[in-house]
Formats: sequence, structure tokens, C-alpha cells
Amino acid sequence: MTAVETGASTEDTQGEDVLAVAREQVLERGEGLTQEQVLAVLSLPTERLGEALALAHEVRMRWCGPEVEVEGIVSLKTGGCPEDCHFCSQSGLFDSPVRAAWLDKDRLVEAAKQTAKTGATEFCIVAAVRGPDAKLMEQVRAGIAAIRAEVDINVACSLGMLTQEQVDELAAMGVHRYNHNLETARSHFPEVVTTHSWEERWETLQMVRAAGMEVCCGGIVGMGETLEQRAEFAVQLAELEPDEVPLNFLIPNPGTPFAHLEVPQGADALMTVAAFRLALPRTVLRFAGGRELTLGDLGAEQGMLGGVNAIIVGNYLTNLGRPAEQDLDMLEELKMPIKALNDTL
Amino acid sequence: MEPAEGPADRDAERDGAGAASEPFCAWCGRARVEGDHAPCDRRLATVDPPRHCPVCARRMVVQVDPMGWTARCSRHGESTGAGGFGHP
Repeated sequence: MTAVETGASTEDTQGEDVLAVAREQVLERGEGLTQEQVLAVLSLPTERLGEALALAHEVRMRWCGPEVEVEGIVSLKTGGCPEDCHFCSQSGLFDSPVRAAWLDKDRLVEAAKQTAKTGATEFCIVAAVRGPDAKLMEQVRAGIAAIRAEVDINVACSLGMLTQEQVDELAAMGVHRYNHNLETARSHFPEVVTTHSWEERWETLQMVRAAGMEVCCGGIVGMGETLEQRAEFAVQLAELEPDEVPLNFLIPNPGTPFAHLEVPQGADALMTVAAFRLALPRTVLRFAGGRELTLGDLGAEQGMLGGVNAIIVGNYLTNLGRPAEQDLDMLEELKMPIKALNDTL
Repeated sequence: MEPAEGPADRDAERDGAGAASEPFCAWCGRARVEGDHAPCDRRLATVDPPRHCPVCARRMVVQVDPMGWTARCSRHGESTGAGGFGHP
């Protein structure tokens, strides 16, 4: 959708071009765009996409550097989730073809080994749950111990909403980073999830930060949100000040309430990448699920040259990604070094 | 969808390639002779592992890890793959 179609202005309140303002405000001073300014970027005509991406890339290079953080993720517990996140094929409330399954410890360790071989510094253990129960916490504890014994990699977790006690337990296990996505703007969240609130997610993230773990929090683009809500989401993430923002693009999965939605358009997705970088100049901005359908190979490169400085390599939780080698070759061609493990501690 | 009855048991290990010649679509689980499965094949070639057994259409237990996937049919055993189902 362009500015003409939305009726939104591509100028800021002073009547200046938003990219000219961003060059001074974000690139020179390191101050993220406001909600109104993010909306102005999202509303730029497609002809200005290249310009927006180029500026976002400059901002990333200036405030984050050339390194790219590589991560692998794995689903420890798949399917059977009691929540109703409308994008998710793992909800037990929908007629999805995804069946419940647990990954055993040997395969978990093997997945961590394979991830480390790509040069990745982060390995995230994910479970489809509202929040962890005692059984899951014990499996996570045993899994992390087994990984630490054999693999030199940071371990992250994504286990849903946590109690303070669970936060403390995970911190004591040495979990480096905790992922819990807000998924979308606060105003749009009730259209996406009804079994828990945006505020409950926010509370978990605050506890995670207070316990000393890094905060990973992002969302999914293309879930029926307006451009205004997308801008709202960007500044809400900026307010959270996460260490990392994973940016997903909707994969309409069969059986879910969002199965009928269209795959986001490539230009729209790339303008969102640029806008989020300009809202979050110092944050690790990670390409996550859906980029294969939305952007293809060429779009992935454009994103890496448009503000993104981290990727998930290999497959996702229930969906497949590009072969890891393909992404590693892309980084080499782009002359973007992979961030080393000793730079992340 | 109620899965149709499949043929007799086969060897457990199956290669993901060549699924288009099987009676059922591994993505939607419907008979391949019914309807257009080109969109299903596109998903299998890009972002989705098989979810239904292409021999009997039963929903399979699928596990995805960073470098591959394993799909197990209770009747026809396990198949594995690395990337998209159509591109082993």
C-alpha cells in the first residue's frame, strides 16, 4: 500500500521529507524514528524503496557494525498448544495438520551441533506452550546441560509466559537470551490472540530483563494490521529496548484463522524492514520465518543490505527455510562477517 | 478430513522425492487426482515438510530441526528430508 492509497503523509510534522529527517536524526544522532515518522516511511511510494533501504543499511553499519549474528532454532515441544494465536499451526484449538511431538535429548544436542557448525552463536530452544510446566522446565534443564557439555554456543529459550520463579531458574541455568514475541501492535493484538493479553507478554519480558537475560522480542508482519498499527508496533518495540527483534512475515498456515490471508508482498515487507531499522537503530534486527515466501532469494539480499543484521539459518519450528549453506554463501558474497561467539558474551 | 484407506504396508524408509506419483498429496492430504495440487507442491518445495502420508493420507508426526525434517506415518513408517519436500 502506498502513501496515496493510505492518505498518509511521507513528510514529518515540519513538512520535511522523512528520509532526509531520518538521515540526520537516526544516522547522525542515533535516535529512532517516532511513530508518526515510522508511518511516513511505511507510506513512501515503492519508487523510494531503494532509497529507504540504503539509508537503513547505513544506519545499521553505523550503529551496529558489519557483523551478522547467526542463530538456529529448534522445537522441543511441537503442537498441542492451548493458546489461540491465529497465525500458529501449533495451536491445539485449530484443525491444523501439525501433530504434537517432543524432541528427544539426543536430537536436541545434534541440532545444536549442526547449528554451531554453521558459525552460529545462538541456539534457541522453543516450546509451543502457554508457559512451561515442571516437566518442560526439567527437559529444558537437562537439554541445556547436555548441550553445554558438547557444544560451544549460547543457548536461548522461548517457552511462553513465565513466572518470576521460572525466570530465575532459566537465568540460573545460564540461558543467554529469552524470546517472547509481542507479535503485533498492542491495538491489534486482540485480533490475533484471545487467550492471553499483550500486557501479559510485556510483563514476562520485563522480568526477563530484570533477571539479566537478553531480551528477544519481535513479531509477524502481514496479520491484517494497518500501516498505522505497524508503526505503532515499531515504537512499542523501541520502548521495550530489546536486544534483538526477530521479524517474521506471515506464512498463512492451513487450518489456522489466518489461513485465508495473503502472503505479504515483497516491497511492502522490505519497506517494513527499513522502517523498523530506522525505529531501532542499535538493535539486532533478525530475518526470521516467512522470508522465503515473501522475499525469495533476491529479496533476502536486499533485506541484508537494508537494515537486517541477523538471520535464522536452516529450518524454523514447523516450516522449512533455505539451506544454511545458501545463506552463508550470501553473507560471504555480501562481505558481511559472521559475528563470533566471543563477541556476544 | 478422514484419511482414505491405503495400500498394504511398505518399507519404512521413504525418500521425499517423487511424491507427485503417490496417490495422496503430502500437503493437503487429498487425492492427487482430485483438484489442483500445484499450490500444495509449491509449499512443499519451499516452506513446508510433508504433513500427510502420500500413500494413505494419514496425518504424520513431523519433527523439524535446523537441518532437516522427519515425518512418521503410523502405518507406512518414517521419511526424512533436508529442505523442501520437492527438492531433496
